[in-house]
Amino acid sequence: MNNVFQINKIITMKINMQIRLTIYIILAMVFAYSFSCKPKTPGSVSVGDAASKVYVAPGQYDEFYNIVSGGFNGQMSVVGLPSGRVFKILPVFSVHPENGYGYSEETKPMLNTSFGFVPWDDLHHIALSTTKGEHDGRWAFGNANNTPRVARVDLTTFKTVEILEIPHSSGNHSSPFITENTEYVVASTRFSIPIGDEKSRDVPINTYKENFKGTVSFIKVADDGEMSIAFQLVTPGVNFDLARAGKGPSHGWFFFSCYNTEQAYSLLEVNASQKDKDFIMAVNWKKAEEYIKAGKGKTVKAKYAHNVFDDHTHTATSTIMDEVVQLDPSEFDDIIYYIPCPKSPHGCDVDPTGNYIVGSGKLAALIPVFSFNKFITAIQNKDFEGEYDGLPVIRYESALHGEVKRPGLGPLHTEFDGRGYGYTSMFVSSEIVKWNIETLEVVDRVPTYYSIGHLMIPGGCTAKPHGKYVVAYNKITKDRYLPTGPELCHSAQLYDISGDKMQLLLDFPTIGEPHYAEALPASMLMNKQVKFYRLEDNQHPHAAKGESQARVERNGNKIHVYLTSIRSHFAPDNIEGVKIGDEVYFHVTNLEQDWDVPHGFAIKGANTAELLVMPGETQTLKWIPDRVGVFPFYCTDFCSALHQEMQGYLRVSPANSNVELQFSLGQNGQ
Amino acid sequence: MATFFKPFQSVLIVLALMAASCSQSSRESSQTVSTGVQPGPGQSAVVDPDSKPNVVQVAIGSPDHSTLVKAVQAANLVDDLSNVGPFTVFAPVNSAFDALPSGVLQSLLKPENKESLIDILEYHVYVGVIRESMIRDGQVLNQVNGKNVRLGKSGDALTVNDANIIGTVEASNGIVYVIDKVLNYE
Repeated sequence: MNNVFQINKIITMKINMQIRLTIYIILAMVFAYSFSCKPKTPGSVSVGDAASKVYVAPGQYDEFYNIVSGGFNGQMSVVGLPSGRVFKILPVFSVHPENGYGYSEETKPMLNTSFGFVPWDDLHHIALSTTKGEHDGRWAFGNANNTPRVARVDLTTFKTVEILEIPHSSGNHSSPFITENTEYVVASTRFSIPIGDEKSRDVPINTYKENFKGTVSFIKVADDGEMSIAFQLVTPGVNFDLARAGKGPSHGWFFFSCYNTEQAYSLLEVNASQKDKDFIMAVNWKKAEEYIKAGKGKTVKAKYAHNVFDDHTHTATSTIMDEVVQLDPSEFDDIIYYIPCPKSPHGCDVDPTGNYIVGSGKLAALIPVFSFNKFITAIQNKDFEGEYDGLPVIRYESALHGEVKRPGLGPLHTEFDGRGYGYTSMFVSSEIVKWNIETLEVVDRVPTYYSIGHLMIPGGCTAKPHGKYVVAYNKITKDRYLPTGPELCHSAQLYDISGDKMQLLLDFPTIGEPHYAEALPASMLMNKQVKFYRLEDNQHPHAAKGESQARVERNGNKIHVYLTSIRSHFAPDNIEGVKIGDEVYFHVTNLEQDWDVPHGFAIKGANTAELLVMPGETQTLKWIPDRVGVFPFYCTDFCSALHQEMQGYLRVSPANSNVELQFSLGQNGQ
Repeated sequence: MATFFKPFQSVLIVLALMAASCSQSSRESSQTVSTGVQPGPGQSAVVDPDSKPNVVQVAIGSPDHSTLVKAVQAANLVDDLSNVGPFTVFAPVNSAFDALPSGVLQSLLKPENKESLIDILEYHVYVGVIRESMIRDGQVLNQVNGKNVRLGKSGDALTVNDANIIGTVEASNGIVYVIDKVLNYE
């Protein structure tokens, strides 16, 4: 004992010195390593036929559209697979000065909320619309994590056409997952909060257990896509993480992963990891729907924005809604059941047959796979192990199909290939693990570079996966690409999954921070893309549908410029009579009726952005001159051989000036 | 620069360990039969002399943990522990391994017992950072292998199960508690 103590003392003394030593040692390692065992140059890896498998020859198309969430950039990106080429950054919840989204008068209302104009959000998950559980290529939905919203993108224009705010919610993470026929999109709270009137909301944080509630919103999607909140379930306060709808036999149910069932409200990294098991919350939404139809819901006050973009007026409108219907599941005994799930489940995924539900406990040493049939039998037999806040908890073993043992460290998400296998991302051990859904055996594993978050198989969350590839979306890039200072892009890897073994084909950078993504065959979308907007259908109130309609009008201190653009001039291009104190609205109509000929519009000193106006479209830039002078404006998109000639001048005079309002085109001293 | 290679002995140890890890990664590569790109080394091979060392690098840098490092390498956990974590690692010193009943360590290091070795090592790792100031007497942590350890605090003395915490090193991806016994669960 004495001896041990002496050693301990020596060791304790050594520790500080060791830190210093370690740095020297690591330096030495680095030198040694760079000459030794890291095969980093292309010449030292066996590329095999990987390159040919991802090579899309010039003029050829990719096989899949990959719609990728941008995370903290609030956008989506459109990527081709297998090449990994980026085709478009599609603004959703964040302003995009590149095309004027959120800056033009027409698009500002898209970002309106009950908090006013919100120019940014954090978009985590994509849901592509489905019919009978299969991709139908109509819309992509995305969630706003920070100021809770759900957006709908039209896949014929790749434009955000609707944004619906979610009231009584905070941290809309568990969203925008959809039911089999896109009947509903869900939006559930990551952060439970006190809800209700002002008095109910102004409570001490340490009354979480009594006062904090979760909400799960079911958003109805109409045939034309328009969204409305059908009802909200008010649940015990926990953190909802992810969700998937049942399909096939489990259609009518929705499954939500819940963590922090400890109901901690501080230092969650410790206090929300106390229990051996949290829950997957199963919701019988068909039952909830029946109760709503039977008038059992309660209409409560709410304040939330509903923003819709109209393709005919090329304008968004924002409507503030004032009520929502809520249902308290604790008043019914057949809406919500909890299934215990180890430990702090993140991903909650349903296999293509709809028979199995996979919970990925990010701190768990195994992956539980639940059987929908056994779950239903357990409900029928009232095989409950207890209650959570008055709602039944199914016995774990009774719902369990089995456990994937030792899958790796840090399981997060599971996708499916439609051939009986699940593919789970492992954050801590940086790998994708392939396992057999029936036998639960691990059959293959591949490393990812590094620390994978989500993974995606085209159609891998649907009833009919398209298979062929799995993509790893990683959180850590470190040494994968040429370094770019402290902030690095996020890396992705593409693997071929057509054989028994996964094969690494490609490593490519991504935009923003991808979380979930989906992909569907190019053939489902490429032939229905809108090439331009028809001028005769343009119902914008300030459209000038020809140069004969181009003009400038004064209305008090508001100047409306009805500007047209066509290769290679604006009409009018000389404007005088604008005075300090005026507000100028440039309503730019692109008269082109041809594919891929946008015209841009920018004017010196604009505190907004540019406009990028598609053929047949009208967009408006507001400009307030603050000084006297002549201001050039020009086309920002290289539209033609005489693009550089596409310009104009606007004269600004003092407030008391007598200069008449006048405009012209082609009056060059003649 | 004269002082740079002063801890010469440690450098030798490290080089020896690296040689081991190199042969390990080439062994992994040789198992992959594919027409795709062969997997390269994992996160542990990131060359970064500037950042604070991670938990594995801390262990590798400590001559008192050479047995632990050897075990972590044999269990292929080097890349896992080079992850962002964060981790709380209970790191038994060499004398703790020496104190195991004779033959136990040798047996664990055999390839056929790799699963048991992984299980024991994962029992020494918690995902999350529990700093000294956060330790409460009787606090239970659920370790990576799914089993619990119990922390103890009496005055300034900290324990985990029946082991004493005899040193603390902050790492870039967590914290290393140096302990005097190999942890075991019933």
